[in-house]
Amino acid sequence: MTDPSHFVEIRHAQKSFGALEVLKDISLTVERGQIVGIIGSSGSGKSTLLRAINDLDPLTGGEVWLDGVQVNQKLSHRKYEKHINQMRQQVGMVFQHFNLFPHMTARENVTMAPLMLKGISKEEANTLAKEQLDKVGMLERIDYYPSQLSGGQKQRVAIARALAMKPKLMLFDEATSALDPELVEEVNLVMRKLAEEHMTMIIVTHEMDFAASVCDRVLFMDQGVVVEEGPPDVLFRNPTQPRTREFLRKHLEGAK
Amino acid sequence: MGLGFTIIPKYLDVILLGCAWTIGITLAAAILSFIGGILFAVIALYAPWLIRQPFRLIEWLFMGTPLLLQLFLIYFGLVQIGIDLPAFVAGIIGLGLHFAVYNSELIQTAILSVDKGQMEAARTLGLSRTEALRKVVVPQAVRAVIPPIGNNMIALLKDSALVSVIGVSELTLSAQRVIGRTYRPFEFYLMAAACYYVINLAMEWLQRKIERRISISR
Repeated sequence: MTDPSHFVEIRHAQKSFGALEVLKDISLTVERGQIVGIIGSSGSGKSTLLRAINDLDPLTGGEVWLDGVQVNQKLSHRKYEKHINQMRQQVGMVFQHFNLFPHMTARENVTMAPLMLKGISKEEANTLAKEQLDKVGMLERIDYYPSQLSGGQKQRVAIARALAMKPKLMLFDEATSALDPELVEEVNLVMRKLAEEHMTMIIVTHEMDFAASVCDRVLFMDQGVVVEEGPPDVLFRNPTQPRTREFLRKHLEGAK
Repeated sequence: MGLGFTIIPKYLDVILLGCAWTIGITLAAAILSFIGGILFAVIALYAPWLIRQPFRLIEWLFMGTPLLLQLFLIYFGLVQIGIDLPAFVAGIIGLGLHFAVYNSELIQTAILSVDKGQMEAARTLGLSRTEALRKVVVPQAVRAVIPPIGNNMIALLKDSALVSVIGVSELTLSAQRVIGRTYRPFEFYLMAAACYYVINLAMEWLQRKIERRISISR
């Protein structure tokens, strides 16, 4: 196979849990600076696909490439560990349930990985924490523990934590799904800001309005396949596939 | 012969020296049991099969046999293979390993109950599994088990009296020796009991302080 010319390239991704096939031969490319949304109902495989990109859920078949390097290389255990840790440093991930480290302050959450992995000094870490927390509007809570923060604030700190590693790519796994409705916007705002800075992002979301306004391209997934993909105004306004129409109709009803 | 507590001050120095030994042995064994507990727990959960086996043997030995026998084995038994430990060192090792095994059980459960997302988040940032365990998972697990470990440490304090059988002049043995001279068992055993009580209080205070210091939500 030729080297990939795309920034992110997923080739024939296949994933089974026992007899259950959750990803069926999915191929996908993302260019540098692009923002791709993935929508679909629960169990459609969208989170699994996202988590395959940094090999958190390893694929059973297929390849994932990032910036010319294959992520899911077949290596000996030791070599693979070294390789994947290297790759993951370049990919930020934001989870539905934040997964902040509860025994660390916002500052410590943001600086732990850079301090351990990038060999930066305490002062540099301090500057980094302020810079990243300021970016997500959480500077004044720098010494708060996660338990002292609201859901939206936690998620903003989690984004700052991911950004502190200066990733090339950001993955968002339903970043606002666990939030109270009134807290969603503050997280969306941060994500929009990243979009303006041309951060490459892959966003799994249930929020059609947000996906429509921020993404360059949206994929609709169902039962382990990409049913339809296209620019948001086409996919949301004039979907060609019946399954997409059905999903969007149900979603619209649910939102009412 | 009636009771006469006025005799106590005369032997107070012996009793206090016994207290000092008890405190010293308990503290040293507590630290050993804590660090050993973390180590055993991580090995039990994450080490390869071959490395786990000798630790399972240690676990069985320290959980399945009397502490008294373990102390004899370490103090008298090891001499035969050329390891001649001072009695108090043998006592610290015996008590420390004995309670390390119990602490390990607690810590294992706690590690397993740390949310899976914590390990995932750490791995996603690029930490290795070992780094993630050290910085993220184990610290949270340890915080969660400080109260039950505190209970184990109280048990350790009480069981430290057993090291008297290998000749360490800790509190109980000191009281016995004074009684041997004075024939006043009631007074001096009560005195020793009071000392244990005070040390107990101090340990509970220390535990609360540690708990407050490292509790997750301040």
